[in-house]
Amino acid sequence: MTHTQKRIVVNKIIMVLSSLSALVGLGFLFWILGVLVLNGIDALNWAIFTNEGAPPGYEDSGLKHAMIGQLYIVGVATLFGVPLGILAGTYLSEYGQKAKLAEIIRDISDIMMSAPSIVIGAFVYAIIVAPMGHFSGWAGSVALTIIMLPIILRTTDDMLNLVPSTLREAAFALGAPKYKVIIQIVYRGAKAGILTGVLLGVARVAGETAPLLFTSFNDNFLNTDMMEPMASLTVTMYNYATSPYEDWQKLGWAAAFILSMFILGLNIIGRIFLLKKRGK
Amino acid sequence: MSAIVDKFFFYLTRTIALGILLIVAWIFVELFNNSLDSIQAFGFDFITEDKWAPNLEKFGALPAIYGSVISTFLAMLLAIPLAIGVAIFLSELAPAKLKTPFGVSIELLAAIPSVIYGMWGLFYFVPIIRDAFGGVGISMLTAGIVLSIMILPFIAAVTRDAMNTTPDILKESAYALGGTKWDVIKDIVIPYAKAGIIGSFILALGRAIGETMAVTFVMGNVHRISADLTQPATSIPVTLANEFNEADSGLYYSSLFELSLLLLVISFTIISIAKFYFLRRKRIGA
Amino acid sequence: MATIVDIFEEKALEVKDFEFTYAGADAPSIKKLDMPIAKNSITALIGPSGCGKTTLLRSFNRIHDLYPGNKYAGEILFKGENILLPKQDLINLRIQIGMIFQKPTAFPMSIFDNVAYGMRLQGIKNRTELQDRVEKALKDAAIFEEVKDRLKHDANGLSGGQQQRLCIARAIAVEPEVLLFDEPTSALDPISTAGIEELVVELKNRVSIIIVTHNMQQAARVSDYTGFMYLGELVELGRTEEMFVTPREKLTEEYITGKFG
Repeated sequence: MTHTQKRIVVNKIIMVLSSLSALVGLGFLFWILGVLVLNGIDALNWAIFTNEGAPPGYEDSGLKHAMIGQLYIVGVATLFGVPLGILAGTYLSEYGQKAKLAEIIRDISDIMMSAPSIVIGAFVYAIIVAPMGHFSGWAGSVALTIIMLPIILRTTDDMLNLVPSTLREAAFALGAPKYKVIIQIVYRGAKAGILTGVLLGVARVAGETAPLLFTSFNDNFLNTDMMEPMASLTVTMYNYATSPYEDWQKLGWAAAFILSMFILGLNIIGRIFLLKKRGK
Repeated sequence: MSAIVDKFFFYLTRTIALGILLIVAWIFVELFNNSLDSIQAFGFDFITEDKWAPNLEKFGALPAIYGSVISTFLAMLLAIPLAIGVAIFLSELAPAKLKTPFGVSIELLAAIPSVIYGMWGLFYFVPIIRDAFGGVGISMLTAGIVLSIMILPFIAAVTRDAMNTTPDILKESAYALGGTKWDVIKDIVIPYAKAGIIGSFILALGRAIGETMAVTFVMGNVHRISADLTQPATSIPVTLANEFNEADSGLYYSSLFELSLLLLVISFTIISIAKFYFLRRKRIGA
Repeated sequence: MATIVDIFEEKALEVKDFEFTYAGADAPSIKKLDMPIAKNSITALIGPSGCGKTTLLRSFNRIHDLYPGNKYAGEILFKGENILLPKQDLINLRIQIGMIFQKPTAFPMSIFDNVAYGMRLQGIKNRTELQDRVEKALKDAAIFEEVKDRLKHDANGLSGGQQQRLCIARAIAVEPEVLLFDEPTSALDPISTAGIEELVVELKNRVSIIIVTHNMQQAARVSDYTGFMYLGELVELGRTEEMFVTPREKLTEEYITGKFG
């Protein structure tokens, strides 16, 4: 066999192998999604949305407490994390730019994005839960806010940076002060991108379990008092699925399904926004 | 008037941005302070002792560290070849119509919360391991495999992105000399994107080592060092998840905080290495 | 119909009734084109942007095939065979018809390995043979003296002009019959450009050359034959000295005198 013939054979083998890997990858994807959808839909019923949690074996227990708790915790985190993240990202893109300090903040944010979230939970435990003496929804929200900040910061920084400098210059040339240039011109120009960043940040944070384990902890009943421990879909999922009770395990799958649909939905909407922006 | 608002806006944004640095520093400080009891009690032995016995107030972190290292190593061993294959498929092989849906599927896989990987692992993968190797099915091996599935999409996506940075004209030059797809990938694309690819692997490693939920369901939280991968084990995040709310003494808490600090330092270091040696950040649009 | 002058020399390539449609396009980018390419000569392809000259060039080594969906029609004859047929061995074709690109494309490896790449692809492993042929190629590309002491160094350390010579050395190391140049000096400074032009003229003794250029003066300086293309068609092919002085087609005259493009 000539060398070239050998090359052609090797090429073919590698291509087959990578197609196989792709198939394996897709296979796991379908397996996990399939399991999620089948079990989730099987466990879904109206009671899930209307009823609160109950001890195992209890008929008609639901997830209302977990869903509302999740909404509160993630909602509050978003309320704080998004404006703070956007403002911090604004500093980086509009004021700091390539300065050493700004680069340091970017680097640290990048690293934080991949850092273990359970450690954030331990931190918030130390500064909020321990002094308060008990778990609380606030503690959970704070933990999620800390996780969300670097994500929103970086995407805002990147998206604002995409706005052409000529746009800013034109506004300055008309005599606008810097804060107006930023708020009225730059933000507007980067609107879609920032929104996408927010959606993706919320999606990422909504799926977190570990940082909630020792901050908001859990609750089997509906509780809207952020000062008390609060249920969340993620922690509920964890508790129910690892319990030995079949009806609780079923609820766990229902929770998983509901949460995944929410997160995937946010991701898809975020992508559509990004595509729309690129298409402009 | 505008000047005042301008100044205010500047200081507002800068304070918040600086605040992020402050929070990170605070995290290290707070973890360290809470670990003091344990540090003073055990010193360096914390890392070398393999006995973790809460009721005896003796805490050796070696089994947790061992578990973190082995499970992550196993996960990378399985995920990397598969991910490279997927990346090659995505960037070179997939017909144009499949490229986008397939690429998006991989990215959506990466967005699925890790707790769901854990659940799937517990209900569907553990029985398989149980049938194959006996025992409970909950083990280091199971954890390694579930973890590898979890980081696979991430590695595939970033490897594909790194490979796509290779300029078309460079690839065409190699094809023009009679190269095959694999020739071009191995001789041109991979060397060109080498830094980005290795950086992505190391970044994935940094993430995997901090992973909690995918692993907690299927590892067992047994503080034992064993060469038998089919036995239950524990890792640092798994220990934290399972024991934090059970801790009943100052020293216990302190040891857990020391574990947290250890984990933070290790993953911070790994991620920094990936970032600063391999992944020069490219600002989009800059 | 194009006005094509008679070619004295043997033909290295012959294009007959050639048509090319890009993937997803409604209409062909090149329509019913006939063109002879003279052996051991330099044929320049000129024309305004979008006229199809690069599209035509890239058809000669079928590099279009890398991007699915592109369609060829008609014939391109090389050594008596139509290379557009699906059964054509592309690897073999590309060894015989080489290509130099618009920007220097040094591979991420040493200077030596760059030049040796094509030969290694063919299975040549003998150290001595490789060294000899690499040296010869570098000499033929007029860059040997400059790099002989740093053959093991990364090729990316070379300047733009040097890198382009390196790419030429790399292409001629496999001893092709035809060399395709796609605007090879558009990314280079005037001095490097002059050097490359000199080199191209020397090379025609060994290979047949087709060069796409948007620079008419370059075509006039360097080529033996010039083909003027417009909107996917060949308008005129003539001997360069004649065509630039007395073009036979009005359109050619208008382009050459700068009335458009």
